[in-house]
Amino acid sequence: MNKKSIGYGLLLLALLAAPFLGAYPVFVMKLMCFALFASAFNLLLGYTGLLSFGHAAFLGGSAYVAGHVIKVWGLTPELGLLAGTLTGAALGWLFGVLAIRRQGIYFAMITLALAQMLFFVCLQAHFTGGEDGLQGVPRGRLFGLLDLENDLAMYYVALAVVTAAFLLIVRTIHSPFGQVLKAIKENEPRAISLGYDTQRFKLLAFVLSAALSGLAGSLKTLVLGFASLSDVHWTASGQVILMTLVGGLGTLSGPLLGSAVVVMLENKIGEIGHALAGLTGIDWFSTLGESVTMVTGFIFVVCVLAFRRGIMGEIIALEDRWRAGGARH
Amino acid sequence: MTISLPGLLSQLLLGLVNGSFYAILSLGLAVIFGLLNVINFAHGALFMLGAVLTWMAMNYLGIGYWWMLLLAPLAVGIVGVLIERLLLRWIYKLDHLYGLLLTLGLTLLIEGVFRSVYGVSGLPYDAPDLLADSTDLGFMVLPNYRAWVVVASLLVCLATWFVIEKTRLGAYLRAGTENPRLVEAFGINVPLMITLTYAFGVALAAFAGVLAAPVIQVSPLMGQNLIIVVFAVVVIGGMGSIMGSILTGLGLGVIEGFTKVFYPEASSTVVFVIMVIVLLIRPAGLFGKEK
Repeated sequence: MNKKSIGYGLLLLALLAAPFLGAYPVFVMKLMCFALFASAFNLLLGYTGLLSFGHAAFLGGSAYVAGHVIKVWGLTPELGLLAGTLTGAALGWLFGVLAIRRQGIYFAMITLALAQMLFFVCLQAHFTGGEDGLQGVPRGRLFGLLDLENDLAMYYVALAVVTAAFLLIVRTIHSPFGQVLKAIKENEPRAISLGYDTQRFKLLAFVLSAALSGLAGSLKTLVLGFASLSDVHWTASGQVILMTLVGGLGTLSGPLLGSAVVVMLENKIGEIGHALAGLTGIDWFSTLGESVTMVTGFIFVVCVLAFRRGIMGEIIALEDRWRAGGARH
Repeated sequence: MTISLPGLLSQLLLGLVNGSFYAILSLGLAVIFGLLNVINFAHGALFMLGAVLTWMAMNYLGIGYWWMLLLAPLAVGIVGVLIERLLLRWIYKLDHLYGLLLTLGLTLLIEGVFRSVYGVSGLPYDAPDLLADSTDLGFMVLPNYRAWVVVASLLVCLATWFVIEKTRLGAYLRAGTENPRLVEAFGINVPLMITLTYAFGVALAAFAGVLAAPVIQVSPLMGQNLIIVVFAVVVIGGMGSIMGSILTGLGLGVIEGFTKVFYPEASSTVVFVIMVIVLLIRPAGLFGKEK
């Protein structure tokens, strides 16, 4: 057992025990959904080097489909999750085929534009409920047996789903497939000259990331009981970039931590503002609660300028330096 | 479905107005990207800043439209100098994507500030008296202000094209786009040129913002959706050619205008659909050359 596995083991134990330690299950489930979303996104940006600016489409689009399948068609929740995941994969294939035709910065712009197109479609389509969103999605019974309206049952199902998806991501990164993705990220021409069909690898990575984002989106619908336009809006794509960046690009645990930090911050920003106002005596801080975007933007700027490795990246770098120092003595 | 000629023409004019904004904004993006290798996400926010400054000058200081047509680009240009000198300068050596992320952060910051002051509802701004009327052309009624927007935008775009393609200053700029180190070796102050290019690009955005103030509702979020459409315009046209940016912007505006007449449901998505078609047929863009 190395240190890393102990860390993940402790995290899992804490999550297993969380409902009994006074944590509000729905909030922790929301955190887990975003952790999965950020991890899926990181598979693409951190391990393949592709910046998708359209991941909101996979989160939000799947959220609507899962909600529709469960609420209107009356299917069981596991089929809803499956439908959402498949929607994510299908959208991912569509976006991927188009966006991979261009490199670098164009890739980001194309994914952003395609996601915006889906946003307008969702805004106008009837089944999404337009501005109101899709409300009142029942959780139903898992496999027709387990009643998910019970928060505790829902909690452990969500934990199992997210853990399984996370293990799949870990497995992918360490597989030969994941090694090729890394090679593409480091040096694509060289990967091509080694005989890899890099376009196909990039597309596969994109579809996988989109499918897992779709799973996160449909799970979110199941947990919260609604799907709304804010999940398909481009700001959700920006949010997942921020989560990954804050936690640490290209680290496995970074997105988990980053998503927790960002979601907590958005929930607690008002309180933090009031505390700062009390501490410094500047009243302006107590208005922070109403300006989440401003704070998000500020964190973005600081991260890009001074903190590009993110929290986990910094910790790993510190550890490496310490180890190198230790070896010399 | 019956479509009257005046209705068609007025939508065409509205399309040209929007197309003018696309043209000016994509032109600025292309010029900035050429020299800085940064895709300026903040372009939409700075467009908004131009419009909001115009509104503020009118409401707080009583400074009218014509003065702001000059002052707003100047003020936003100075903001651009600060952004380039204090922030962008540090990330040129990094991957392209950090430029996009940094300017995205700036966008959220700028929009957040104005949102916390003015909220998200529109701030009304009247067209200047000189252009408030309409001219009856016989076959249609031409709103003077809209015609002015199209003419002014075209003049600014063509002037920019002329400076970049036909003057010595433009030659330095184009040379700097190809090989900044070599240009520097000839004794040209490239860092200064980069700063001024960014300032000029965002000043163009502010100019478009002032023009837009009387036709689009002034609001802190007015640049947000526009910039994404402009990204699609840039993907369609490619950033290689100045004239290409202008033509693509205007053309797409007109197509959008016609879509509003014939199939209104698709008017917000038509530019993206065209982007998809162009990507399938000509991946490098209409005027682009793949780098």
